[in-house]
Amino acid sequence: MKRSEKRARNQRIFRLIVLGLVLIFMLYPLYALFEFSIRFPLTGAYDWSSWTRLVDGSQSRLEPLRNGFVNSLVIALITVAIMLVLLIPTMVWVRLRVPRIKRWVEFICLLPLTIPAVVLVVGLAPVYRFIAIYVLDTNAIWLSFAYVILVLPFSYRALDAGLSAIDVKTLSETARSFGASWFTVLWRVILPNIRTAIASASFIAVAVVLGEFTIARLLNRETLQTGVFLVNQADPQVAAAVSLLVLIFGVVLLVGLGLLDRGGRRTSRPAVGDSASSTTTQLTNPASLTDSALTGPAPAASAKPSSLAQQKDLS
Amino acid sequence: MTALSDAPAHAPQQDDPARVSRGRRFAWLGSVPFFLYTGIFLLLPTLLVVIGAFRDRNGNFSLAGINLVFSQQTLQIFWTTTYLSLITAAIGAVVGALASYALATSPEGSVLRRVYTALCSVLAQFGGVMLAFAFIALIGRNGTLSRLMRDVFETQIPGGFLSSVPGLVLVYCYFQIPLMVIVFLPALDGLRQQWREANESFGGGTWTYWTKIAGPLLAPSFFGSFLLLFANAFSAYATAAALISQQNIIVPMAIEGALRNENNPGMDSYAQALALGMIVVVAIVMIAYALLQKRTSRWLGA
Repeated sequence: MKRSEKRARNQRIFRLIVLGLVLIFMLYPLYALFEFSIRFPLTGAYDWSSWTRLVDGSQSRLEPLRNGFVNSLVIALITVAIMLVLLIPTMVWVRLRVPRIKRWVEFICLLPLTIPAVVLVVGLAPVYRFIAIYVLDTNAIWLSFAYVILVLPFSYRALDAGLSAIDVKTLSETARSFGASWFTVLWRVILPNIRTAIASASFIAVAVVLGEFTIARLLNRETLQTGVFLVNQADPQVAAAVSLLVLIFGVVLLVGLGLLDRGGRRTSRPAVGDSASSTTTQLTNPASLTDSALTGPAPAASAKPSSLAQQKDLS
Repeated sequence: MTALSDAPAHAPQQDDPARVSRGRRFAWLGSVPFFLYTGIFLLLPTLLVVIGAFRDRNGNFSLAGINLVFSQQTLQIFWTTTYLSLITAAIGAVVGALASYALATSPEGSVLRRVYTALCSVLAQFGGVMLAFAFIALIGRNGTLSRLMRDVFETQIPGGFLSSVPGLVLVYCYFQIPLMVIVFLPALDGLRQQWREANESFGGGTWTYWTKIAGPLLAPSFFGSFLLLFANAFSAYATAAALISQQNIIVPMAIEGALRNENNPGMDSYAQALALGMIVVVAIVMIAYALLQKRTSRWLGA
């Protein structure tokens, strides 16, 4: 008893010192960023003019920032849409019908982690040149195609965790035996059950898109990050203010994700680092979805109760 | 089922296996859109890099680009990138591991832990342009810390510090440490309290616990995280691009330079060859990482 009490005290002191020092290292540059945005560099006087310049529409030198911001929002939306439409049906289909290629899908999804963006952009340049000339144009929003690749690893893991938490096979076979079509199965059975996973996959995708600089810069497209980069030369204070805003947005996004996780997790965990199931990282833990899985088959069962006669081959 | 009357009685039995096998044979078609998409935007670009490294402007086989990579100057750039990545990965891994352990000793659901991990996951992604701004605001010419040092301690932070390699080390640590916390914390959480108790009931102390139980268990995960940090630093581009201009001291910047310099004859396949070099380095690291992961999951897995 005595020993463990002593250890607990030592751990508390250790925790205080280490976490305190790391926190100072992490927060001090952010404080500097904030101070920079409100301090007039020559006189040292403080005012909020950079923040008002940011919302004031008359500053033409902030144009790249505005364009980039709008582009990035549109790109984020398209990226999330393509990512969901591409990944969810494929992952469900592979799970149900061709499990032997699941490892290939996983391998390809995790591949972008090992290929640096700056390498990818070298190969993407000719692909995008082709797209710009023959298929679409040079609009920044087509960066979405490449960004889907960048978010694949994170989104795949989030969705995979969500799908693993429910019994996809039983759910879909039940729904199918009640006459639901593949589309109904996907839309009314699978999707409602992996809501949390979809949300976290999308949040992470948005965070990645808003933070991406390398590909946009090397392909000469205007996004939020390249806009900030350019505006820094014209008005560093505004660039600092925008950086802080984007950072705060990121924190809000991730805290929201955390709340979502807690919403899905009804049971509270026992204390101390003793949990067995937390091998998933912060980015990829859409918690347990089992409770919502229980309510899964209900909508499908009532979807087409009269279509038993059209029952199709399940296997 | 309604067709039973016109068909021979054995038809369903004949039909079923056929239909099943046809269904199986064509089931992979459902995954075609996925493979097509990743083929165009992931595999094709990678292939173009590899092929492009061995070609000249007219599409003929050439080793000019590869030869350029092995020039003294480029090797120096690769070496700088490598040791920058090694140093920042080492610092990030050690400091991050200490912070992870401190976090792991706090209760799982506590506010401290939730806020800390959320902050870490944001800052791990925060790398890039904005990070560069933050450090310019901190230790740039007129930075907060620079002024503090000047006024209170009367020491001057050298002007070019941020665009030198030691400066980059400091800035990279800013995203390496939080990344380590995120990837290493789960491994620490995988340690069971019972193992510690078992150690104590056999008369072991803190020293034996760390050297005989926790240390060996955590080692593969620790080195795996270290490799991940190395790859992360090796691929980082935006931070350095925002801090340093007109100077290719790391590989990603050399690639940018080569891409922008395409009308210079002889440089055609240089960008591709540099990119290929990066693929090789990162691939070696990631293979080592995968091997370590396999070992880790045996004990600390779910």
